Amino acid sequence: MSCACKNPFNHDIATENTPMVNVQIDGEWVQVPKGMNIVAAAERFSKFIPHYCYHPKLSVVGNCRMCLIEMGTPKMDANRQPILAADGKPEIAWMPRPQIGCATQVSEGMGIRTESPLVQECRKGVMEFLLINHPLDCPICDQAGECKLQEYSFEHGQSNSRFIEEKVTKPKNVDIGERIVLDDERCIMCSRCIRFSKEFANDDVLGFTQRGSHTTLAVYPGKRLDNNYSLNTVDICPVGALTSKDFRFKMRVWFLKETKSICTGCATGCNVLVGSRENEVHRLTPRENEEVNSLWMCDQGRLGFHEIHEDNRLTTPLINGIKSDWSSALTQIAQQLHGFKPEQIAIIASARMTNEELFLLSGLRKALGGEAVLCDVIERLGQADGILRSADLNPNSNGAKLLGIANPGKLNEIRSGVSNGSIQALLIFNENANEAGLSIESLKKTALVINVGMRLNGAAHFNLPSSSFAEKRGTMINGKGRLQRLNRAIAAPDQARDDWEIIRDLKAAMGGGNGIHTVEEAFKAMAAVIPAFKDLTMSKVGDLGVELTLSSVQS
Amino acid sequence: MAIAETRLIFKHIDSPGYTNDIDCYIKNGGYTTLRKAITMKTAEIISEVKASGLRGRGGAGFPTGVKWGFIDPSKNTKPVYLICNADESEPGTFKDRQIIHKDPHQLIEGMIISCFANNVKLAYLYIRGEFPEGAKILERACDEARQKNLLGKNILGTGYDLEIYIHRGAGAYICGEETGLIESLEGKRAYPRIKPPYFPAVLGLYMCPTIVNNVETLCNVIHILQMGGANFAKLGKPNNTGTRVLCVSGDVVKPGYYEFEVGALTLGQLIYDVCGGIKNGKKLKAIIPGGSSAKVLKAGERYKIKQKQADGTMADVEIALEDIPMDFDTMAAVGSMAGSGGVIVMDETRSMPDCLANISEFYAHESCGQCTPCREGSLWMKKITSRIRDGKASVEDVGVLKNVADNIAGRTICAFGEACSWPVQSFVTKFKEEFETVAGNGAKK
Repeated sequence: MSCACKNPFNHDIATENTPMVNVQIDGEWVQVPKGMNIVAAAERFSKFIPHYCYHPKLSVVGNCRMCLIEMGTPKMDANRQPILAADGKPEIAWMPRPQIGCATQVSEGMGIRTESPLVQECRKGVMEFLLINHPLDCPICDQAGECKLQEYSFEHGQSNSRFIEEKVTKPKNVDIGERIVLDDERCIMCSRCIRFSKEFANDDVLGFTQRGSHTTLAVYPGKRLDNNYSLNTVDICPVGALTSKDFRFKMRVWFLKETKSICTGCATGCNVLVGSRENEVHRLTPRENEEVNSLWMCDQGRLGFHEIHEDNRLTTPLINGIKSDWSSALTQIAQQLHGFKPEQIAIIASARMTNEELFLLSGLRKALGGEAVLCDVIERLGQADGILRSADLNPNSNGAKLLGIANPGKLNEIRSGVSNGSIQALLIFNENANEAGLSIESLKKTALVINVGMRLNGAAHFNLPSSSFAEKRGTMINGKGRLQRLNRAIAAPDQARDDWEIIRDLKAAMGGGNGIHTVEEAFKAMAAVIPAFKDLTMSKVGDLGVELTLSSVQS
Repeated sequence: MAIAETRLIFKHIDSPGYTNDIDCYIKNGGYTTLRKAITMKTAEIISEVKASGLRGRGGAGFPTGVKWGFIDPSKNTKPVYLICNADESEPGTFKDRQIIHKDPHQLIEGMIISCFANNVKLAYLYIRGEFPEGAKILERACDEARQKNLLGKNILGTGYDLEIYIHRGAGAYICGEETGLIESLEGKRAYPRIKPPYFPAVLGLYMCPTIVNNVETLCNVIHILQMGGANFAKLGKPNNTGTRVLCVSGDVVKPGYYEFEVGALTLGQLIYDVCGGIKNGKKLKAIIPGGSSAKVLKAGERYKIKQKQADGTMADVEIALEDIPMDFDTMAAVGSMAGSGGVIVMDETRSMPDCLANISEFYAHESCGQCTPCREGSLWMKKITSRIRDGKASVEDVGVLKNVADNIAGRTICAFGEACSWPVQSFVTKFKEEFETVAGNGAKK
């Protein structure tokens, strides 16, 4: 498995070569990997055993008692051999007490009842206990709509309350971290957040104080829940105790459209769900992919989407700072580009662009003169954290290398070419020229500067608005050589367009149509010539991506 | 006719001139058993303890030899720990405290022998925080034993090393639950562990094989070796061997601690003969026979139980409350438990809702809060029982109360779930009318 992070546990995944055992679940005999816990084993057969504290990636504590089930082992005869029933299957000796599914491992001949009257009675009892001191402020709770208390209440709870005592009161609106707010009254003490912080994020700052019904979740005195994975605690909190400052009170979750995509914050390429309504992204949440990010993502990546909706978005094509239209802009650019020799043209592209965009860009580069046209991307280096964050902050460096757009060293040549005037036409795609080390003064000396991106470049003669990661489709190759898909969650604002369309149209305007009308066609054209993509299509990439064989990738 | 005590554990306790220092202990024959034991093969000691039939005196009554047998020194590569559970906190129980205060060396000697038998090099004595004096006495006792080379390196020149650390709890009942105790000892919140997989014999203290024994249990080991396991087993009844220290409190003329052979006397004899009957000539109303978590027994109740006859056959017999022999098996057969040996007697003037409210308040205060039913249910039961006691409840509340208890028992991580719900279930079932009458009293006034 190439998962970037190491989970403390993987209860839901059987290790290779685990023998299978025969287990009876609700009367039906099935085969499950030996030693798997009952909750995970039952889920394989669509038997969902409700639970709060159990999490497949964290240590098992068995404290919520929601997953109580009935369990039995084979009846044995005097020779310790199972006694067989008429159907040839072992007879089961049922245990008189319910057992917790999360901490009970399946073994040969085990019987499990997930829906018996006793099990239902247990669930009803636990649901009632969890709700008696819960504030029931669902109408203003951010968790409403994705709250396990609500869900299980609906399935296993009761409509009336027998609790007429005063509820226990606890701290509310507790600021426990840069990005997290805690409501202790809503907390059901499942301890998932405590275990996550300790076991996954290596930041053991959460714990319980007080005891009994007064048990209170708190941060260690003098500490804060500020690690770069803190927002995952909001995801795994089964109730509304931990909420994200960024998201709380902004949107009811049931209005959110969820689009499967990937995070473009670094080369890890965490799989995400983009939660949007109308044309606004409200949150990113991690999407399970055991080959990449398991169930997690970092806070930096999660909150990176805000740049999409910042005010200074470029939304219409500008010619010399004046609003124009696509056709005029592209026609004029094409005309002007014809006036330069290949050596006078340079391209600064971005390893944040998709493969399709980079592939079409390489076509444009050919049309402009091929290898003679200097071309490179801007490297972005950060610090790997040993968890999910990659040192490479570009999401598609591998694609840029594979498609010949990243040419290490060339950026320096471009810089000196611009400053000494040998480069007279510069095309900048989705990059900030300043970050590339190009001063406004040197750009001003350049005869033709074309800026394609989300932000205005004041020194550019042409500014062309392009789409953000949430507004376009395409593929990227993560740091480990996995080809993954971006999907469009929202429409690009106003006249902004996908880069692949802009590049295609620019090339067409220069006199070379390529017959590409969709991203799929761009991918197809790319797959036809790039061996790494042989036999692949965008649909084959699927939601979880495919591993490529890349000579350039050190895994 | 008063029935004579058989004082084995409490032989010297309270006898005139007996002090808790090592010289007095040695003068009275102390540490001779250790000198003998340390020359024996460890397996021999274990088999004597198995032969004795000794059952744990902490409350659950688990056979000590079997518990020791779970640890196979030949198979494990990790150190084995022994912990003495001196977190005596069950309301109505005050026997270990006497041993600790008045005969600490008996406990230390019992511990050393038990450690030697199980190849333990490091043992902990976990004493409840509310016993500060006891902790000091034990510290001193350990120092004295060290000075006489009975504890520490190369004990009595045999090459056997053992250290005992006294660890004081911080004042939580749950630390008496053995896995909660282990967590506490490890420096964490005393959240009992889930079993499976964390059985102390396999994954105990620091995830090493661990034996947790009660104070009185460990003291018994000395006497087993003195008289031999088979002779020890002749005390008491089959499967209920040895002596038992019973702590009687409540409405009797002579409350206190008494030691008898297990099952040698009946509940009636204990109360009327040994303890001088009910105070002030009142009538008996109810008895909690084994610490506050044991199910209550009601005066006048008769129990149908299976009893072993002289010829070895089992027969159905009916016995009255007063005729229940004070042993593990019969107490279980009549639907309660011998538990920790804390017998709480209530006379006819006692309000059962009041008594139960008191018990429920204790358990609500002591629930560790780890698992849902106990955490939420114990406080809920306290709130309902308090309202019933105060006459601010309804007949329906009595039913809800019983059902809340039913939703806790058998569904929690540790036995605290039963400890807090058994009193409720038994009080409410057996004194239903009284509860229903008292519940609405406030409203009538």
